[in-house]
Amino acid sequence: MISIVSTLRIALRALWINKMRSALTMLGIIIGVSAVIIMLAVGTGVSRKVSSQISSIGSNLIIIMPGSSSQGGVRMGGGSQSTLTTADADAILKECLAVSAVAPMQHGSAQVVYGNQNWSTSIQGTTPGILEVKDCGLTAGRNMNAQDVRSATKVCLLGQTVVDNLFGSIDPIGQIIRIKKIPFTVIGVLEPKGQSLGGQDQDDTIIIPLSTAQKKVFGRTIPGMVRSIMVKARSSEDLTIAERQITDLLRQRHRIGPNKEDDFTVMNLTQVLNMAEQTANTFALLLGAIASVSLLVGGIGIMNIMLVSVTERTREIGIRMAVGAKTWDIRIQFIIEALTLSMIGGIAGIIIGSSGSFILSTVFEIPSVVSLLSVLLSFSFSGLVGIFFGFYPAYKASLLNPIDALRFE
Amino acid sequence: MTLIETRKLVKTYDVGDEGVHALDDVSVKIEQGEFVAIMGPSGSGKSTFMNIIGCLDQPTAGEYMLAGQKISGLSRDDLAAIRNRQIGFVFQGFNLLSRTSALENVELPLLYNHVPAKERKLKSTAALKMLGLEGREQHHPNQLSGGQQQRVAIARALVNKAPILMADEPTGNLDTKTSVEIMELLVQLNRDSGTTIILVTHESDIAAFSKRIIRFVDGHVVSDEEVKKS
Repeated sequence: MISIVSTLRIALRALWINKMRSALTMLGIIIGVSAVIIMLAVGTGVSRKVSSQISSIGSNLIIIMPGSSSQGGVRMGGGSQSTLTTADADAILKECLAVSAVAPMQHGSAQVVYGNQNWSTSIQGTTPGILEVKDCGLTAGRNMNAQDVRSATKVCLLGQTVVDNLFGSIDPIGQIIRIKKIPFTVIGVLEPKGQSLGGQDQDDTIIIPLSTAQKKVFGRTIPGMVRSIMVKARSSEDLTIAERQITDLLRQRHRIGPNKEDDFTVMNLTQVLNMAEQTANTFALLLGAIASVSLLVGGIGIMNIMLVSVTERTREIGIRMAVGAKTWDIRIQFIIEALTLSMIGGIAGIIIGSSGSFILSTVFEIPSVVSLLSVLLSFSFSGLVGIFFGFYPAYKASLLNPIDALRFE
Repeated sequence: MTLIETRKLVKTYDVGDEGVHALDDVSVKIEQGEFVAIMGPSGSGKSTFMNIIGCLDQPTAGEYMLAGQKISGLSRDDLAAIRNRQIGFVFQGFNLLSRTSALENVELPLLYNHVPAKERKLKSTAALKMLGLEGREQHHPNQLSGGQQQRVAIARALVNKAPILMADEPTGNLDTKTSVEIMELLVQLNRDSGTTIILVTHESDIAAFSKRIIRFVDGHVVSDEEVKKS
């Protein structure tokens, strides 16, 4: 076989001679590759956004809600019964080995006032474990402690949105705010977490000790009852184990007979979000597959043009054979030509696709991330398309009888 | 030394139900250094004969020996290698690659003989110079006259130092004056470097430049005689 450099020069000249035709043939590959890049970029972007939301709500999170109550056969919605207690939460932390933190929750909303500013937000009464459960840090101040919960102190942690709305540029730590007219000392500011999957602002919240919430803010009738318990499993592998341990423990504690329904619901939020992520991935894959089809069509375009080219250049092939070109010299010449077409198209497609996804994410704010993998993937795929669809025309050319090729008019 | 020897060469083309014998029982011997003209009316089989001895085509039956090597039964690539190293072709229609410079056209046989780029250029430039085409290296075939194009083709045939040059109606597309020039070039080549030349033509004044004339009619050799130089 003759050298690749010489072959490449021959190929480039042949493509240059038919500039318009080469460009149009490349267009198929360009569209295919850029579609693959953009689709994969959007897919990756969306699934990354979902996974960042997963980590924002706290990883390995399990939520336990009271079960539904039924009155005369009419079942009320989940959480309509009050069956969970702080004692349940303590027992879960103590006895379920797969659990690393718990936070019993009592929540509601209230008007808060600081100076002449006021703001309506959600109030979460809970225990210090909440920060670990939610994977949430503090940007300033300290967490509440067990003592705060025990003695129902009037301290609070503020979400960033609340800080922005009440304090503006003033340092909130140590300031007194009023929740339902009750004065609370701000002891900490929560790390911003952004929007939740449902579009809720997770930073628009105030955390206070559970006991304070129960006794002073919401004034629940049944002491010790909580609205929900949030639990963090030790690891994602432990999630299902934790779920089972919790179910068993609560059934035992609530004395539920073997054939009775649970009076609580254990929800594995991470699992739900993992499913959402999987859906996003599947979606990306599907879009990628559709884009691949256009790449395939582009490849067929290359094959078509190469077949035309072989026919048109039969004489050239004859001349080359007459002066000693071997079977593979001819084959490689046409394969390289097809490969050059598809590779140039591939590179152009990568450039267009990358800038397209850049525009998507900056102008249209659709999350899209061009991964190196998708670039390599579509580049090598376009190369393969070139080789695959170039081979048949090249093969056809190489089998021409030299004398017939020379005589071809 | 016998360079080319054919024994009972037959070439049949399938046309309709019955085969047409383009060559029938052709046995010819050509020695090294000869200048042979193959003559005959069109359809007499002279081109078919040249194509077969030029390894461009395969005979239906019979044997062909080139420089003592049996040619029938060789693979396509073996034949390509023989064409590359042993035979240079000059065609009536020049058969140069269009939109490719004279130099690169001449380089082709070297390219397929794996000669490095620098040496290719050197040898091709020298071959073009020898044929009086100095300064035309970068011209494309359509920028050259017919005579010049044929000279490029001859340079291409010679550049690999092939011992045999086969010319199929090399003057067919040229005017009389240029034809004479080309023929004198071939005579000179045969005389000075001992290149064996096989020339296919139907014009007797062109054939007169050769030393031996083989006449074909209907696929048979009808005469084979030395040319008496006056």
